[in-house]
Amino acid sequence: MIWLELFWGFLKVGLFSFGGAYGAIPLIREVVLSYGWLDEGALTDMIAISESTPGPIMVNLATYVGSERGGVLGAILATAAVVLPAFVIILLLMAALKQLLKHRFVQAILKGLESCVAGIVLATGAWMLWENCAGAGQGRADWRAVVIGALLAGVMLAAKYLFRKKLSPIVLIGISAVLGCGLYSI
Amino acid sequence: MRKQQKRSLFWTFFKIGLFTFGGGYAMLPLIESICVERQGWITHEEMLRITVLAESTPGPVAINCATYVGNRRGGFLGALAATLGVVLPSFGIILGISLLFRSFLEIPMVVNAFRGIKIAVSLLILQAGLNMLRRLEKKALPLTLFVGAAAAMLLINLFSWRFSTIWLLLIAAVISFAACLLSQKQAAGKEDDG
Repeated sequence: MIWLELFWGFLKVGLFSFGGAYGAIPLIREVVLSYGWLDEGALTDMIAISESTPGPIMVNLATYVGSERGGVLGAILATAAVVLPAFVIILLLMAALKQLLKHRFVQAILKGLESCVAGIVLATGAWMLWENCAGAGQGRADWRAVVIGALLAGVMLAAKYLFRKKLSPIVLIGISAVLGCGLYSI
Repeated sequence: MRKQQKRSLFWTFFKIGLFTFGGGYAMLPLIESICVERQGWITHEEMLRITVLAESTPGPVAINCATYVGNRRGGFLGALAATLGVVLPSFGIILGISLLFRSFLEIPMVVNAFRGIKIAVSLLILQAGLNMLRRLEKKALPLTLFVGAAAAMLLINLFSWRFSTIWLLLIAAVISFAACLLSQKQAAGKEDDG
């Protein structure tokens, strides 16, 4: 029963993947390969597609695998399964958090976690930038990426300090798509 | 008015889902820009808390965030509206790719545009991290945890260790718990002296 398998498999992914999509990829690999839903090559292609289409990577993967194996219904089931645990857990936590937050230890721990998350996010951004500009793994700097990065950073800084306005991320993504099309087509 | 609120939650998160390339962290700057700065639905402090919750609970960060903001604004139905909104764009796009044009990502124009987008996304995440840093208390403990987590994360990436961020969070939680316990004991000790 492929639909049940899809639901169950992706429920596991949704329930045990911590720390965002990159933390989830090993688990997704394990589940997808163990059920034989995709082979290694198709999975790698799919991860690339998930990364370059909008939306949460886990949702993209679930939709794709579900659709490949079980049609539209398969896609719906797999997507619902991967979303469900996160949805329920946040609702429960929010209900519990109101009471818990009055506790000073909980407050102290949350404060500590906030510092930690700030560090994780900053390092992730810096790493991604480095990886894109320095040509991840290939050991050769990508001058086009460096130029695009510098131009985008310039636009962000100009918006902030010259016009005192925060640039909408959507506008920045639009500019970056145009720059990418222009520079990489040379 | 209630109905309108749910509709605006749905469409706001639909837009967020549509413009988030590169997964969970990429969504943080968008949520911050729209839900905190433009709509005023949640505060900066809550945004940080959402990030913590999303990081330390299972599931896609985007879903965690949408559920939180939706529930905060419109209860259970609000959470449902926001979550559906954030999922639908990628569901539709991927279903389309899977059913119709599998060679979509071989079009050179698309590939090039995505190369640019990736750089914008990393800059946005970097900026989100800097904003978080700015809002931390400038005391020894938070700053140490911040530097430690950032350094650990860079090392993990550099050497491609398989070390889930959940462990970093657990370590930070234990350290802050111990520090809180210690400061409480010290305070009690001082009272005894006096």
